[in-house]
Amino acid sequence: MKIVVCVSLVPDTTTKIKISGTNKTIDETGVSFVINPYDEYAVEEAVRLKEKNGGDVTAISFGNDKYKEAIKKAFQMGADAGVLIKADGEFDSYTVAKNLSDAIKEIKPDIVLFGKQSIDFDGSQIPAMVGELLNMPAVNIVTKLDINGTAAVIEREVEGGKEIIEANLPLIIGTQKGINNPRYPNLKAIMASKSKPITEKAPSYTGNKLEVTEMKLPAAKSKGKILDGGAASVPELVKLLREEAKVV
Amino acid sequence: MTNKILAYIESKDNKFKNSAFEVISEAKKLASALGCEFDVLTVTNQGNPEINGLSAYGAKKVKVVDANGLNALAGSPIKYSHTAIAKVIGEVANSGYSIIIMSATSFGKEIAPSVAMKTDTAFCPDVVDIKISDGKISVTKPVYAGKAYSEIKFNSDKVLLTLRPNVFKAEKSDGAVEIENLDLSSLNITAADFKTVVKDVVITSEKLDVAEADRIVSGGRGMRGPEHFNLIENLAASIGAATGASRAVVDAGWRPHGEQVGQTGKTVSPSLYIACGISGAIQHLAGMSSSKCIVAINKDKDAPIFQVADYGIIGDVFEVLPVLTEEFNKLT
Ligand SMILES: Cc1cc2nc3c(=O)[nH]c(=O)nc-3n(C[C@H](O)[C@H](O)[C@H](O)COP(=O)(O)OP(=O)(O)OC[C@H]3O[C@@H](n4cnc5c(N)ncnc54)[C@H](O)[C@@H]3O)c2cc1C
Ligand SMILES: Nc1ncnc2c1ncn2[C@@H]1O[C@H](COP(=O)(O)O)[C@@H](O)[C@H]1O
Repeated sequence: MKIVVCVSLVPDTTTKIKISGTNKTIDETGVSFVINPYDEYAVEEAVRLKEKNGGDVTAISFGNDKYKEAIKKAFQMGADAGVLIKADGEFDSYTVAKNLSDAIKEIKPDIVLFGKQSIDFDGSQIPAMVGELLNMPAVNIVTKLDINGTAAVIEREVEGGKEIIEANLPLIIGTQKGINNPRYPNLKAIMASKSKPITEKAPSYTGNKLEVTEMKLPAAKSKGKILDGGAASVPELVKLLREEAKVV
Repeated sequence: MTNKILAYIESKDNKFKNSAFEVISEAKKLASALGCEFDVLTVTNQGNPEINGLSAYGAKKVKVVDANGLNALAGSPIKYSHTAIAKVIGEVANSGYSIIIMSATSFGKEIAPSVAMKTDTAFCPDVVDIKISDGKISVTKPVYAGKAYSEIKFNSDKVLLTLRPNVFKAEKSDGAVEIENLDLSSLNITAADFKTVVKDVVITSEKLDVAEADRIVSGGRGMRGPEHFNLIENLAASIGAATGASRAVVDAGWRPHGEQVGQTGKTVSPSLYIACGISGAIQHLAGMSSSKCIVAINKDKDAPIFQVADYGIIGDVFEVLPVLTEEFNKLT
């Protein structure tokens, strides 16, 4: 089975966001970057598919040199090969999708795995965009994947329940928490990952359809009314919620 | 290019959700600001009596694609197909619309990127504000789970937006609707458009989902165990709220993961969010700090949740929650 997994690099979730001098991006000083948390589920699913069906896993990332970190994490978890489409600057999701598609096309995979969302732009759009570009079915927010031959049965999370979806390979999946428990790489896997090569490619497209004109922090809040009387403060809280905030 | 707006609205079992009314209201507002027309598109059962009710939100022209007729083209029994509906929207949008808007529900999020590609539009998901200057649209989108906001403009005349539910107002209006039943044969749908098909929808919880709720009561590790979440459920029931949870309690298996609020859970912006026994870790705050009114109940006066709370009580959840539930139940 030819398997591709797309991995992105994002600020660690504990990052306190500051805006950079350009007012268009975040200030990256002191920020530690990690593989996008949802992409760990995608890598895990990819490696499990390989372990079950044979074949190999290629991890692809689009971004600057730093993005090699995401590929290296995929190596530690069991990916075999890596491709970095190397680009510096700010790119929108369409541009990322276009570049990923062009790289994926060359591999002719049976399945391409994504995380359901990258926790920087929070777009949740690249898997379906790549699906359109490669004319492959794409299902996002997947919590269960069963493959039998070329037929897949997929569980997709929706409000209050799940959809049972059928589609055929070659297929694109966006993984949601719940699909698996990503492994912690052991020392042997970490050592083995060091010799795995990352192929660098130039971007095939760099036009953007979207442009960030300004990035802002949420408006600062005024100090709340915190009551310290425990249960005895309840009547006062309810009064405030009713008369001042008018929310109940 | 002269503008024309297409508002796609979802229906489920012949019912339109509130997010559909939000989309129509916003389309109406944009159309009047841009001095252009807007049409509503929906895939539902032909003759769905609720279509006429859309006039209450300002819809004048509603294009209807018959859901049963569409599904019949799949070749096997299905509930619906995201890819076929994306094709329908694409075909209609390509007949002369420059602006497409829909809701960022789980359905809208799944199909919008495909529609964007089929219509060659610049796409921005999960929009919370739309501005117009010099006849051009720009939008605001939360990034980093709401830790920041980006103002975005488009290098294209054609734009597709999904609107975050619960943010835009569904405003009542009056008038009558003209219904146009679209002929399926005009939409070029073939079996090949059913790339993914939904065979079944399993409801795992009859409760309102946090992502759709206007009021949320969330519990954290301070609740001490799954057996105490009846306190959260009772409080939620007293004000018609959905129940949410911190990741700590979801990871511990006390609550289903669909309830997780935060950076790697759901991002919510209800009008009322009550956090009970939740410390307010930065990942939790990322998912809920844009709520309009935040109430925290925590026994630790230094818990970070109090820094974003509009109101709060320093106290033990086991003492406060029952009394609060009782007081809410007394309200009319
Ligand atoms: C990659 C990553 C992603 C994450 N994503 C998320 C996310 O999406 N959402 C999320 O929520 N977290 C997320 N987290 C976890 C987050 O860092 C915190 O660990 C978590 O939010 C803590 O949950 P909590 O507030 O329930 O528990 P705790 O931090 O343990 O807080 C419990 C609180 O309850 C109070 N308390 C205890 N007993 C009582 C009582 N009897 N009465 C009143 N108060 C009481 C305590 O004072 C304390 O403030 C993520 C972490 C990582 C590393
Ligand atoms: N720069 C990137 N390089 C490789 N994959 C990416 C990149 N950005 C996003 N992805 C993938 O697309 C998924 C969805 O991202 P998004 O649509 O940006 O929310 C992520 O979980 C990744 O799997």
